[in-house]
Amino acid sequence: MTTIRKNRLALGLAATVLSIGGLSAVAYAQRDPAYETARSAGQVGEKMDGYLGIVGAETPSLKQIVNDINIKRRAVYAEKAQAANATLEEYALTAGCLAISRTVPGEKYQAPDGSWQTRTSAPPLRDSRCPA
Amino acid sequence: MTDAEMTLKGPVPKILRMQKGSPALKGRCGMALVSMATLVMLSGCITVNAPDKPIVIELNINIRQEVIYRLAEDASNTIEENADIF
Repeated sequence: MTTIRKNRLALGLAATVLSIGGLSAVAYAQRDPAYETARSAGQVGEKMDGYLGIVGAETPSLKQIVNDINIKRRAVYAEKAQAANATLEEYALTAGCLAISRTVPGEKYQAPDGSWQTRTSAPPLRDSRCPA
Repeated sequence: MTDAEMTLKGPVPKILRMQKGSPALKGRCGMALVSMATLVMLSGCITVNAPDKPIVIELNINIRQEVIYRLAEDASNTIEENADIF
């Protein structure tokens, strides 16, 4: 009996340590404030292809934010796609599916028909090939 | 005799031989055979035309979806590791 209890305690501790570790890992890299603002204002949105897009009128500052992030994303996709033995487009499309899933209510994303949608609390409209 | 002639094509003659002993059964069987023959004849009227265009099966879609499912976990980690650009 006591060994079982000890095991449970150890498991609980391990779980706590893991969850704390997970939280710190998520918090270590943050979005640039200008990007965060444009994102929550719905000026930029997640496209199906895994890149950012400008939703409304293009301004030089928005263009700069979007281009800067898309260049960085492309570099990451290329590296990871090669490691996973996939094409850049395949990897980017997969990341796009996930990035659209991760949008929070109020943010913009591109629906399969190409239109810009505002994310609500309901699941986003995604490509039928996207993983659950 | 007519029954046998009608069923020459199918495996039914075997059944007929087995049922020869019972006239009542034979009569019922004959009825069944006639209706079956009618069914066969009727169904024979249904024609299936091959489409004039070639049948194209888009395997591309399945392959892509499979790839996406395979990459999903990896991509999820990538997004978390690069939270500043996602």
